[in-house]
Amino acid sequence: MLSGWFVALVASAYVGLLFAVARYGDARADAGRSIISGNVYALSLAVYCTSWTFYGSVGRATSGGLSFLTIYIGPTLMLLFVGVLIKMLRISKTYRITSIADFIASRYGKSQLLAGLVTVIAVIGIVPYIALQLKAVSASLAVLFGQVDAGVLPWWLDSTLLIAAALALFTVLFGTRHLDATERHEGMVAAIAFESVVKLVAFLAVGLFVTYGMFGGLADVFQRAAAVPELSRLLQLDAMQAGSWASLILLSALAIILLPRQFQIIVVENVDESHLRRAVWLFPLYLLLINIFVLPIALGGLLHFGAQSGYADTFVLTLPMAHGAEALAVLVFIGGLSAATGMVIVETIALSTMVCNDLVMPWLLRSTWINAQKRNDLSGLLIGIRRVAIILILLLGYIYFRVAGEAYALVGIGLISFAAVAQFAPVLFGGMYWKQGTRAGAVAGLVAGFVVWMYTLLLPSFAKSGWIGNGFVEHGLFGVDWLRAQSLFGLRGMDAISHSLWWSLLANFGAYVVVSLNTRPDALEAGQAERFVDVFRRAHRETDSLLWRGQASLGELVRLLERFLGPVRAAQQLGAYAAMRGVDNWQRLAVDADLVQFAEGELAGAIGSASARVMVASVTQEEDLGLEEVLDILDEATQVRAYSKELEAKQQALEVATAELREANERLRELDRMKDDFISTVTHELRTPLTSIRALSEMLHEDPRADLADRKRFLGIIVSEAERLTRLINQILDMAKLESGRAEWTTAEVDLGNVAREAMDSLGQLYRDKDVALSGEIPDSGPVVMADRDRLVQVMINLLSNAVKFVATGTGAVKVTVSTDAGMVRVSVADNGPGLTADECSVIFEKFRQGGNTMTDKPQGTGLGLPISRQIVEYFGGALWVESQPGAGANFIFTVPLPAADE
Amino acid sequence: MRQRLAAIGLAGWPLLTFPLLGLPEGNVGGIPMIYLYLFGVWGGLIGLAAWIGERKG
Repeated sequence: MLSGWFVALVASAYVGLLFAVARYGDARADAGRSIISGNVYALSLAVYCTSWTFYGSVGRATSGGLSFLTIYIGPTLMLLFVGVLIKMLRISKTYRITSIADFIASRYGKSQLLAGLVTVIAVIGIVPYIALQLKAVSASLAVLFGQVDAGVLPWWLDSTLLIAAALALFTVLFGTRHLDATERHEGMVAAIAFESVVKLVAFLAVGLFVTYGMFGGLADVFQRAAAVPELSRLLQLDAMQAGSWASLILLSALAIILLPRQFQIIVVENVDESHLRRAVWLFPLYLLLINIFVLPIALGGLLHFGAQSGYADTFVLTLPMAHGAEALAVLVFIGGLSAATGMVIVETIALSTMVCNDLVMPWLLRSTWINAQKRNDLSGLLIGIRRVAIILILLLGYIYFRVAGEAYALVGIGLISFAAVAQFAPVLFGGMYWKQGTRAGAVAGLVAGFVVWMYTLLLPSFAKSGWIGNGFVEHGLFGVDWLRAQSLFGLRGMDAISHSLWWSLLANFGAYVVVSLNTRPDALEAGQAERFVDVFRRAHRETDSLLWRGQASLGELVRLLERFLGPVRAAQQLGAYAAMRGVDNWQRLAVDADLVQFAEGELAGAIGSASARVMVASVTQEEDLGLEEVLDILDEATQVRAYSKELEAKQQALEVATAELREANERLRELDRMKDDFISTVTHELRTPLTSIRALSEMLHEDPRADLADRKRFLGIIVSEAERLTRLINQILDMAKLESGRAEWTTAEVDLGNVAREAMDSLGQLYRDKDVALSGEIPDSGPVVMADRDRLVQVMINLLSNAVKFVATGTGAVKVTVSTDAGMVRVSVADNGPGLTADECSVIFEKFRQGGNTMTDKPQGTGLGLPISRQIVEYFGGALWVESQPGAGANFIFTVPLPAADE
Repeated sequence: MRQRLAAIGLAGWPLLTFPLLGLPEGNVGGIPMIYLYLFGVWGGLIGLAAWIGERKG
């Protein structure tokens, strides 16, 4: 048996370690080197796993099999909707939200009523849950000492109270460091993350011990359980649970955001939105790991102690102890302690903020006493209130634990708590995405949901504990049958939690929507609705300033800040604000709407948005903007936004158009340049033959006594030059017609083989004159294409006459091939001349560019034949190109598409 | 990224509720199929979320 002193020592050492971690975290934060990383953030979310998980899951598994997993699958799915979380984070940071009560109240016109209502629901729902944690610690101690009083403590002091006191001390020290509740408690978060690691390690250790130490592995546990009829049903899911399975997933998905401690950790303590990227998978992974061995431990316990054995919730402790593994039992106890303390610490911080800001402050601000002390610094008082609230909440939890004992009202509180906070879902999510939700609707929804929850879940749990009569559960209220608390209106076949969740959310949602649609929001509500729903889209500062009109004095505002923040912090914040506005001294700040907004924001961080609104209103003379006016302003802002977006789009379109125009202009200039080039080339080409004609004519004119032979020779040259000139002019005209699209085309069936033969015949004499071999590989008839016959003959003749010009006399050979290939007729004219370089292959298709060296050789053609041929072939949908290498001859190829079949 | 993660969340709901949960039956290597299915699908969703969440950009 473990000694009481030893356990006390270990527990104290552990709590001491927590203090050290928290101290270190705070010290690092103060030094500006935060230790809160994505991993720490994700681990701190595991404050979700309380002792209800650590001890209770095994208990649930012994009765419900795998259904305990729903409590962890829900959060996994919820976190994946990261957009919702980011929106919550953004809203909370922008408007300095301090708690979930503040969030809801702020959305619905900074309503003190709503803030108080949410706080009351949270306190009623959560305090028993805190009691459950204390009970878990107490129960684990009892198991550790084997139900024997270890005799360490005097009778009036029990160990649970000591633990509660230590927790109160921790929370007071690390949870209320700053007055500004929106400021983060990094030390506390670090300690929570540390606790998460401890409880996971402890649980995995006991899981491995049971599964692999006591049994022969997972398969062994499952097989031995399957052999026992009562246990084998735990190994399968019952389709009858379908409804409760789904509703438990929904319930836990809501709880992961709506439980005050989860809201505190996820939203208020968040340092950086990007940490969500890690949390979105690391936290679910944590949940998965901590659940893997739950069922094996449950089965192991049942196998070991027998199915009727007492208290399954403490199997994680009793199993190691039954095997003498006392060190492991102590580790498990520490794990359970960390699960309980983590929850209690964060929950008390969250609740104390809510109680202080949303219950005590509104009352205090109305009391005469506080107004009498108008000049006093209230920041100390505020911190004091929060500390007292922490101690009271813990004390309340402790008292509930002592009073309730083994009652069902305590044991079953886990899910009852979840169902209580689930009532926040319609007003919270509705508020984030639905502008029409009003304060009246939110109050109606919350009250309706809370009443139904109380009647169908909380009061029956009291009845089950024997604290009140259970007539309303058995027979219905006043004996009215359809009012039976756990089968309202005769709804049966569900477990109590699903039943309550279904009815309460129905009432809640219905009342919220119906009342919202039938009430008109006031100006403040409409403004807040706009700010929350459109948080991503708004340049909020400008519109926010538009929504406040009135008069204020700098002195009054500063006094207000000093009163609630303390003079030091007020000066510090004012200085930072002045720097942001570009004013060197805050005493010279202009008193405008923006300054009032700033002051209200600072106050909201300290005392909640609802109280901050009241305080700012009390020192300023505000013009009451009517709802119509607010809607107009918001509408205008929306329109301005729409216009500026439109303007932006138009500007972009304009830029695109400008770029296009610039490009077109560039192209036009290029064309202009090309036209100039063309004209100068054409005149040059025309002048060459003209010059020789003129020179020879002059010689004949001036020398009448020239030889007949000379005269004949000169006249021959003149005639041939004149012919060349004519040809040139004809081709230029042809080219111009083709390019301008005014050429006349006749389209008919043309036998390309025939065309090739005709062209070869007409040039036969030329080839024979130069002694060049001309051969053909042409089908006897066809192929037939749709084209202009004369034009194709022109192309053939051009190619053949080019070829003959470039081959050598005597050894030259030219071959014409006509074939069909993939829907195209392919005609090639191959020669064995000097060939072309790669450059020349593209250049020769440009106008007035010829093969050979035009500088030294006499030009052999007009330089327009190939460009014209290419235009013709392309007109009929074909292509003309050359394949050649220097020294290897040239192969000119053109294609013409075959007509499509059946057309 | 938000849409991708939300898509996993939406896909996870039917995968981890009835009637699909009624499908896995019997044992694999002595371990109940439903146990493997639940943890397998759950782990798969987490893996996907990690892959998407940790990508650059």
